[in-house]
Amino acid sequence: MAEYSSLKHIQDTPLDGMEQLKKGSNFLRGTLVETMANPITASIPETDAKLMKFHGSYMQDDRDLRNERRQQKLEPAYQFMLRVRLPAGVITPEQWLTMDEVSHKYGNGTLRLTTRQTFQMHGVLKWNMKKNLQEIHAAMIDSVAACGDVNRNVMCNVNPNQSDVHGEVYEYSKQISDHLLPRTTAYHEIWLDEEKVADSKEVVEPIYGETYLPRKFKIGVAVPPSNDIDVFSQDIGYIAIVEDGELQGFNVSVGGGMGMTHGEPDTYPQLGRVIGYVPKEEVVNASEKLLTIQRDYGNRSNRKNARFKYTIDRYGVEWLKSELNERLGYELEAARSYEFESNGDEYGWIKGNDGKWHFTLFIENGRIKDEENYQLMTGLREIAKNHTGDFRMTPNQNVVISDITDDKKQQISKLIEDYGLTDGKHYSALRRNSMACVSFPTCGLAMAEAERYLPSLVDKLEVMLEEQGLRDEDIIIRMTGCPNGCARSALGEIGFIGKAPGKYNMYLGASFTGDRLSKLYRENIGEEEILSELKPMIGRFAKERYEGEHFGDFVIRADYVKATTDGTNFHD
Amino acid sequence: MQLQVTNSPFSQEQVDLLNQLLPTLTENQKIWLSGYLASQATSGAAPAAAEGPAVQEAAAPQTSQAEAASKEVTILFGSQTGNGQMIAEDSSRRLKDQGYNVTVSSMDDFKTKNMKKVENLLVIVSTHGEGDPPDNAISFHEFLNGRKAPKLEDARFSVLALGDTSYEHFCQTGKDFDQRLEDLGGTRLYPRVDCDVDFDDDAEEWIQGVLSSLNELQEEPAQAAAAPAGAAASAAPATEQPAYSRTNPFRAEILDNINLNGRGSAKETRHIELSLEGSGLTFEPGDSLGMFPENDPLLVDQLIREMDWNPEETVVLNKQGDIRSLREALLSHFEITVLTKPLLEKMSKLTNNEKLSELLETEQADDLRSYLEGRDLLDLLKDYGPWQGGAADVVGNLRKIPPRLYSIASSPSANPDEVHLTVGAVRYDAHGRPRTGVCSGQCAERTDPGDTLPIYIQHNPNFKLPDNPSAPVIMVGPGTGIAPFRSFVEEREEVEADGKSWLFFGDQHFRTDFLYQTEWQQWLEEGSLSKMDVAFSRDNEEKVYVQHRILENSGEVYQWLQDGAFLYICGDEKRMAHDVHEALVTVLEQEGNMTHEAAEAYMLDLQQQKRYQRDVY
Repeated sequence: MAEYSSLKHIQDTPLDGMEQLKKGSNFLRGTLVETMANPITASIPETDAKLMKFHGSYMQDDRDLRNERRQQKLEPAYQFMLRVRLPAGVITPEQWLTMDEVSHKYGNGTLRLTTRQTFQMHGVLKWNMKKNLQEIHAAMIDSVAACGDVNRNVMCNVNPNQSDVHGEVYEYSKQISDHLLPRTTAYHEIWLDEEKVADSKEVVEPIYGETYLPRKFKIGVAVPPSNDIDVFSQDIGYIAIVEDGELQGFNVSVGGGMGMTHGEPDTYPQLGRVIGYVPKEEVVNASEKLLTIQRDYGNRSNRKNARFKYTIDRYGVEWLKSELNERLGYELEAARSYEFESNGDEYGWIKGNDGKWHFTLFIENGRIKDEENYQLMTGLREIAKNHTGDFRMTPNQNVVISDITDDKKQQISKLIEDYGLTDGKHYSALRRNSMACVSFPTCGLAMAEAERYLPSLVDKLEVMLEEQGLRDEDIIIRMTGCPNGCARSALGEIGFIGKAPGKYNMYLGASFTGDRLSKLYRENIGEEEILSELKPMIGRFAKERYEGEHFGDFVIRADYVKATTDGTNFHD
Repeated sequence: MQLQVTNSPFSQEQVDLLNQLLPTLTENQKIWLSGYLASQATSGAAPAAAEGPAVQEAAAPQTSQAEAASKEVTILFGSQTGNGQMIAEDSSRRLKDQGYNVTVSSMDDFKTKNMKKVENLLVIVSTHGEGDPPDNAISFHEFLNGRKAPKLEDARFSVLALGDTSYEHFCQTGKDFDQRLEDLGGTRLYPRVDCDVDFDDDAEEWIQGVLSSLNELQEEPAQAAAAPAGAAASAAPATEQPAYSRTNPFRAEILDNINLNGRGSAKETRHIELSLEGSGLTFEPGDSLGMFPENDPLLVDQLIREMDWNPEETVVLNKQGDIRSLREALLSHFEITVLTKPLLEKMSKLTNNEKLSELLETEQADDLRSYLEGRDLLDLLKDYGPWQGGAADVVGNLRKIPPRLYSIASSPSANPDEVHLTVGAVRYDAHGRPRTGVCSGQCAERTDPGDTLPIYIQHNPNFKLPDNPSAPVIMVGPGTGIAPFRSFVEEREEVEADGKSWLFFGDQHFRTDFLYQTEWQQWLEEGSLSKMDVAFSRDNEEKVYVQHRILENSGEVYQWLQDGAFLYICGDEKRMAHDVHEALVTVLEQEGNMTHEAAEAYMLDLQQQKRYQRDVY
């Protein structure tokens, strides 16, 4: 499909500036070559910074230092966050060692696992970006389309129990990722010094076209009973249907998404709706067709209202089905049955069906670094030097050391012990189920702390839980520094979304399995109020809960909040 | 000046009384007295007597009677900082007051063909680096030492050499001139005086010596008669409107004092804004500011404790007999952080410790040099005791604390009534103790907004923007060498200069050491600065400095020079300014197809056209 019809969505308002920028960028090149070389500033102009996202990188600055540096007549401490593309979060030990090395050489000496199963590194200076990308390229890692208005890193259930199925599902998620990659050679020319290939506009981006998508686009594949990837938070969520131990195909969920904007009720988190089933051979094709529907109908005037969820809510699920059927040339089958049990990770040692071992390591908020009493980064590096299997990043910002053979198990096990690496079992269940986005000091969108604050809030909540005998009760707690939803707070049984330094909106009542959004409980509160609200609630939960009842369900039954049944009533 | 019957209108009895009285007077007493006498003269005797023209009139007939002694005096100065020029101008004023015809000129501006006509020559010259002449003395120094130098058998001369005893080749250039002028046949009018950094007293002695020698040559008492009246006349107004100067510094209030280096930097560079309100001080971009620092009170107290001195003991500050408490004197008046050979020689008389006299033996020169490096008075007192005599004896051997000069970093038109400085804090560990630079340490650690600092303006005519605002300028200022260029660009923004401008800056790290970064960015965006290249030496494996950037841009640098660009270099003399000079010579060789000699000649020519100016230290 070299041609696609021009925008089908009637634009009665002018296009967002970003649309013109993409169109004029010569397929994501802009003036990046020149501005990345300008020696007077470590920043690049806003237009190039927006294009830079398509290359996997956000321009940021150390916000802790912003005011101090202004007084010193120094520009902000500009730096780049680099997010690599790692379909399904699978990485070899060699690649792990490369990431470890570049993070010390060019980054701030830490790595950050993301909620979309990949690595971020922070603190890369402009002048080091090219070397950094060339070095990871040599290890077969790239950052193409890790951010930007394109299909992002494709997620996939980590699923260490069913290794055969995981392998197959992983292959499909990789195929989806490859198929939906932008085809422009801009990345290779700018960063890898490859020759520019002469091309005409028609063939450069056969799927995306020159303006790409109206907004970011996310795809994830879940394998029940685990919903670790939060399948309903994805623009397209696939639910693997396994029958008689064989992968058959996927239920298709559409229109999930976490982001919203404070004070704009037209924006809301939404869960995906399951619209049918596709056989596994059709999953790549279906992905392309759904993505092109969003390409053609998504709102290109208002980026706050541009995600696929809003397109579907505007035109209706039935419309979407018929549009998809038309593009596919056949009708979707009816969805098959499935059941999710949790969206968390299983920690510690697990033996897969093929006899290989997997160890899931708890990593608080996904931050890999060395601390005086906990040499996490060094420990993982030593493991990578000896490991013959893979590493898998989980959607909950943890890591699985996977595919360990029997004869290697002892050695890996010893390294885990030597470095005191933890499966988190000595932590409270609340901490194991906690998740925060990066936020301050690097994220430009942050309004309140998240990664640097949540652990200390959990310390205080643990005391309350222990008093009530709930130390081992799994409760999902999530915090983001802004409403864009990187840590999927709207799917936390207890969720916090930052409003201002030290102030959060508090949300309650999401389901434990990730199929119900939460609801606003208190607005703009600080720690003292958070604790005084939660204390009696936890007390009642301990005494009044039903057998096996989760906290997110209890707060609805106890009438603290009403259940959110659809994103469109999230704000009600 | 010692009064004699022959050089004054007084009788022997009066001369004796005056010679007894005058040395005991303080500066203030002298000023008061001269004003008093002047007012007596104007109210009593013929008013015109005290005025300049009357002096000339009185003197005129006498010159014709004494034809042998010429009244033509030529003063040539060569100095980097402007101290030489200041003394030259002061001398000139005082000579003119006594009826001499004075020509004052920098050595660079002096037409060498006039050399053979010179009758009375006064040379005031400083020494730089390894005994080298300052920039504006290089050509003249070469000329005088070359074969084209004229015979000077009819000429009389005297040399005032400026220097610093902490350098090995102390006052070398002055000594060279003194020797050469003698070799050329000149007669010494007054012996050469070598000044250390606290040059005021020595320079004064030299001026007075020169004056009295000249006056003696006139052999006419009547001529000298006018002198006191003339001196009084010039001194009297001074009491009415005290002009702030080196000898009478203005206490400027600190408006702001910030560290320009970001967190994690190995450096600390203070941006200091001072108020000049009410001072009447004026300056131009390129001028410097002198600051009298105070020593670190911690170091002073350590010294006093070490020697078990009484901090309240009274000590004499100067020949005028001003007194202060010991602690006050050590804090504000004497240098205690630098050791020099002359100081060690004087101190060796206060100790029986033979190791000190051994160190001072000629064959121990290398040991002495390494001992002096990085040590201070406290080290000396600890190392070579036991000491004889008291605090007063030690203090009597010390040099006065010299003012520090800083290139001004602001334009007066952009910041009226303010002056900004860029001061690099000097901190290092040596011989087991952390040390700080006296003035920079004070700026970094002991001054806050609201405090005041004693300052004066030191004009520097050798570092000035081109008169023509359309002329292109190339500025090279790594580290704190950036200071005057901030003032230049501010000024050019104010006057809307339309010439191109190009700044080369360098330091250790882009992230933390890009001094005034946001200001340059803004000027680049607005066009007040056309082009900027930066070199951060510690950001890459290979160290990159400003000279490398100049070489990388050699074609364009050459084109700018061909277009008439003015070149300015500010900062470290030893390495940076030398390397930049070499880079410029290479640019000329490469781009202009010049031989090395031709390129050097081109640079010399630029310098003579004042298109190659340096403010280096």
